[in-house]
Amino acid sequence: MRLYFSYFSMHMKSQMQYKGNFVMLFVGQFLVAFAAVISIAFLFARFNQVDGFTFSEVLLCYAVMLMAFTLAETFGRGFDRFPVMIGNGEFDRALVRPRGLIFQVLVSQMDLTRLGRVVQALLVFAYALPTSGVAWTPDKVLTLALMVICGALLFFALFVVYAALSFFTLEGLEFMNILTDGGREFGSYPFSIYGNDILRFLTYVIPLALVQFYPLLYLTGRSTSPLHMFTPVISLLFLFPAYGLWRFGLRKYKSTGS
Amino acid sequence: MIELNGICKQFRVARRGAGLSRAVRAFVRRDHQVIHALTDVTFAIPDGQMVGYIGPNGAGKSTTIKVMCGVLTPDSGTCVIDGRVPWLERVAHVQHIGAVFGQRSQLWWDVPVGDSMELIRDIYRVDKADFRARLSELTELLQLGDLLATPARSLSLGQRMRCELAASLLHAPRILFLDEPTIGLDAVSKLAVRGFIKRLNQERGTTVLLTTHDMQDIEALAQRILLIGKGRILLDGGMADLKAHAGTGKTLTFTYAGDSAPLPGHGMTVREQTAGRLTVAVDTDTLNVSQAITQISAQVEVTDIEMASVSAEEMVASLYQAYQI
Repeated sequence: MRLYFSYFSMHMKSQMQYKGNFVMLFVGQFLVAFAAVISIAFLFARFNQVDGFTFSEVLLCYAVMLMAFTLAETFGRGFDRFPVMIGNGEFDRALVRPRGLIFQVLVSQMDLTRLGRVVQALLVFAYALPTSGVAWTPDKVLTLALMVICGALLFFALFVVYAALSFFTLEGLEFMNILTDGGREFGSYPFSIYGNDILRFLTYVIPLALVQFYPLLYLTGRSTSPLHMFTPVISLLFLFPAYGLWRFGLRKYKSTGS
Repeated sequence: MIELNGICKQFRVARRGAGLSRAVRAFVRRDHQVIHALTDVTFAIPDGQMVGYIGPNGAGKSTTIKVMCGVLTPDSGTCVIDGRVPWLERVAHVQHIGAVFGQRSQLWWDVPVGDSMELIRDIYRVDKADFRARLSELTELLQLGDLLATPARSLSLGQRMRCELAASLLHAPRILFLDEPTIGLDAVSKLAVRGFIKRLNQERGTTVLLTTHDMQDIEALAQRILLIGKGRILLDGGMADLKAHAGTGKTLTFTYAGDSAPLPGHGMTVREQTAGRLTVAVDTDTLNVSQAITQISAQVEVTDIEMASVSAEEMVASLYQAYQI
């Protein structure tokens, strides 16, 4: 943990070297995310409901996904940049350091400007929590916390999958963005609005719906089943195949070195 | 103690011809070419030895180092370094080795070098007091001085290499792998780096294995030379063995008056011939230098003679030729 903070302070120092750049990116990240909020607001100016969900409910949904994604991205960005690490030999350097590899990839990049999005997600939360009409009893607060934490871990697992795939090929990995960035964007709305096939895919294959749609049902009182409260925890099972793929890729890398 | 026994490593490389039709065919069915990166590489290096690892580009030097660092897993063969198999006990193994890859930096680009050193201390869990003692020693030996306060991006190549060396020695490794440590350095920096490596080996008994294309590095540092070509160890011995294989000899350059060019006899090979100037390599096993001079001056009026020993550079070039690598 101490080492994590050492890396953290190194990244701080690096990024502070370019003050103007840092401030502009921070503000930029903050503003970009606002565009999404505004588009949701415009949509609801025309329609009162989307698939039965109100504006504040959708906003709540958006805030959760944004927060989860941003946390994952701020701290797990090293995986996003992993193909570069392989390409320029930085990963070989990691292999000659007496530390865990996942940890080293994790700390290889920390983009603090992304915290601009965290600030923004917090603002959306501040607006959505009281207006959503949810009575914030302890079980609902717990559900919300699970959504954010497990959501962040799930996005993180997707980054690991992305990194593991780059052991095999460095090209054409953009399709993974459909699941990561796309997951965040589409996740602005409850996944049920995209139809049953998509919902099923996001339940059983890439379990994004488990941290978003089902617990949202519980939060908004559409369901009282405790199962829906704990589906985010189930989504963590996805970490196992993600880690397995990473190990598999690593074995292949160590035997081919390319 | 480093022991490699029968290490083999093959790579499968997708091969694709030029042109669109070939590219389409490669898309459907890839042709693979098997490259024998290492074939039956066997050697042992006792503690405290300084070994020069030479060979042309693509001969397998870096692959060997990667195997010894635990980055690559070989197809077959054993490698035991201080009782550990690098790729099986990666974390325990790398705690005791240092590695400098001349072309790649381990320093943080935008941050003062001293901060990078602090981070490396944390990574290797070096005790604070040990760290301070070592860093001040390294600072003195490598004349780092105010470089520690400079971001790596503002360092010259020579300054950076000195910092890289220091950075890879903070955890006092017993073995140091240097992959082209003097690449691109000016004469002064080269001397400084060489001097430091030599002292490190003599005073601390650190085992050093260095790859280089600079034969002066080898002459100045290596007690032993390993020559690798096409993935095989071709020669394992001292500078004397290298000389024996490459053929010793002298180079003579004659400047002479007159138009008729002299004809060098048996035992001399023409290296360069222009009007009024002739350079020959003399094979001292069949012809001694004074005989050579007598032969040439019998044919033309020699006005000047220069003599030089065959440089290590030429020796290696002729070795590469002799082994056809």
